[in-house]
Amino acid sequence: MGERKKPTLAVFKFASCDGCQLSLLDCEDELLAVAAEVEIANFLEASRAVAKGPYDLTLVEGSITTPHDAERIHQIRRVSKTLVAIGACATAGGVQALRNTGDVSDFAKIVYASPQYIETLGKSTPIVDHVFVDFELRGCPVRKEQLVGLLGAWLNGRALEVSSASVCLECKRRGTPCVMVAAGTPCLGPVTHAGCGALCPSFRRGCYGCFGPMESPNTASLAAVWTSLGATGPDLVRAFRSFNAGAEPFRRESEVHEQR
Amino acid sequence: MSSVREPGRKTRSLRVEALARVEGEGGLSIKIRDGKVTEALLRIFEPPRFFEAFLRGRQYTEAPDLTARICGICPVAYQMSAVHAMEAACGQGVPPEIRSLRRLLYCGEWIESHVLHVAMLHAPDFLGYESALHMARDHPEVVTKSLALKKAGNAIVTRVGGREIHPVNVRVGGFYRAPSKAELAPLVPALQEGRGHAQELLDLVAGFTFPDFEADTEFVALRHPTDYPLNEGRIVSSRGLDIPVSDYESHFAEEHVRHSNALHSRLKGRGHYFVGPLARYSLNFDRLPGSIQDAARKAGLGPVCRNPFRSIVVRMVETLWAIDEALRILASYEPPEPSSVPVPPRAATGSACTEAPRGILYHRYRIAADGTIEDARIVPPTSQNLATIEDDLKAFVAKRLDLPSEALGWQCEQAVRNYDPCISCATHFLTVTVDRD
Ligand code: SF4
Repeated sequence: MGERKKPTLAVFKFASCDGCQLSLLDCEDELLAVAAEVEIANFLEASRAVAKGPYDLTLVEGSITTPHDAERIHQIRRVSKTLVAIGACATAGGVQALRNTGDVSDFAKIVYASPQYIETLGKSTPIVDHVFVDFELRGCPVRKEQLVGLLGAWLNGRALEVSSASVCLECKRRGTPCVMVAAGTPCLGPVTHAGCGALCPSFRRGCYGCFGPMESPNTASLAAVWTSLGATGPDLVRAFRSFNAGAEPFRRESEVHEQR
Repeated sequence: MSSVREPGRKTRSLRVEALARVEGEGGLSIKIRDGKVTEALLRIFEPPRFFEAFLRGRQYTEAPDLTARICGICPVAYQMSAVHAMEAACGQGVPPEIRSLRRLLYCGEWIESHVLHVAMLHAPDFLGYESALHMARDHPEVVTKSLALKKAGNAIVTRVGGREIHPVNVRVGGFYRAPSKAELAPLVPALQEGRGHAQELLDLVAGFTFPDFEADTEFVALRHPTDYPLNEGRIVSSRGLDIPVSDYESHFAEEHVRHSNALHSRLKGRGHYFVGPLARYSLNFDRLPGSIQDAARKAGLGPVCRNPFRSIVVRMVETLWAIDEALRILASYEPPEPSSVPVPPRAATGSACTEAPRGILYHRYRIAADGTIEDARIVPPTSQNLATIEDDLKAFVAKRLDLPSEALGWQCEQAVRNYDPCISCATHFLTVTVDRD
């Protein structure tokens, strides 16, 4: 009997900082074990060996920002059995979606001497706007424990359970006193998707929403609390408009305060 | 990789379609005409992300977290350049305890980034493997020890900053919360053990065979009155440049190079230059403690190193230094109290340069009286090196024209990896051309 064929794993990158795929190399304790279980068919950041698809699992980092990439993601989808979008860029357009509220040609002029050479789309969009996505992992960057959990679940044919509650729950779990109650520090925790382990509050800092909106967040009521703590309209616009500016509930809330 | 011979002419074009094991995505093309290298192009596929543009209108306090997202492999460098530039604009320094904690954090990133490059991305070239994971089958010890060492570096960033990538604890003026002594204590044994691994890794890479290749470029790095440079110093060069960081823009310029449609940095009136471990080491050898100088000599290095292939050795020497520096800081660590100083905004311009693992990273901001960012300029190390990388590649290929294309292609790929180009960083202001025939 022949050896069981190992499942193939591919990693692709679009507009991003590389941080999310780097999280995979930061799994120092698990990396070799994972590598023994899978065939790494495409992971340019780690290996020059490239195998053609189809791939059993494809991780996609980054957002779609160029006409070429809008085509490329379709090709990748066609050769991927399961496609998982990892990180805020891939799930919400990332920090580069801050262009979505401006005129991209003005942006190009600010940064580049010859903006006519820049081929770019007006908006930075998440992968799910272009192709079917099997699963999304949030965060800027994703949490490496979740990435390892995902790979483990996939290797064992299980589904990964990810809580869609807010960061508040994670503060309670680790016993961090609420920064809004204790110190009057504005915090996005009540509307932000859990997953980071309530990192910022553990450093006495308000959450800045890098995991994006939780399921049905009450952004309006949180904005009212922020206002009572002294936040201005522009403060609220900026708060909802950062690494997940393109996520619908955050985009809408930021626009409410822009108009005021 | 593909190689095309055009009929009738002795022409060879070589393309390495996607460069592996560099951070970000790039390609390389080299053109050979009648036995001469006419073009060496490092193509950048990375789409632009417009950081300088959307920083306008943000608060000065947001720059460290926003600019960190330029590069997931050296976010601390971006945070450090950003906070120092803002503090310069506001005319506020930080106390020595905060300075030390920042150095500690930066050492963590140096260790993590250097070891990632040396062991995971670069050593496989010298040992003939496609990747570190392939290498692990024959050299499991090397890979597991390197991973442990990388983890020790990452642990510093995590304990001080909250997480390895895009740490959350850095702010203009200091830190949101100073880690307690107990929180940092576990770093010490991990680093002590890591030091042994680092020495072994240094011995290993020192024994590699290096192609005979030296480039005569101008080296540029920071220089501090007493320390090996991280966050402060003047900008100096191997040809006598010696300026304060605030004068950066009167000496350095970006030029638009037609053949590559990329912006290349150069020293005004002098030409291409080079930043990163080779430059930093060669300009600051006398700032290394005696024990590290000895380790460098034992590894076959002189006080100046001009062979980019040996940069793998220099990176390991710097790793050893960063471990010792981190241990030194930890030995006398007291949590800074308060963990940050107030830095009220004022209408001003401020700049800063720090030594990212890949070389000097320049930030300059103009802010309004209420702290709104009006203008931002960021010059990452890789964009400063692109022109030199292309120059070096031309010279490198010229001596290896007889090699079959396949072999030449792989050697060129390795040559590019010497520079550890971080293409994600470079691209936020490099012009991208989509070549469609
Ligand atoms: S989500 Fe954040 S960490 Fe991940 S690639 Fe995008 S910018 Fe980098």
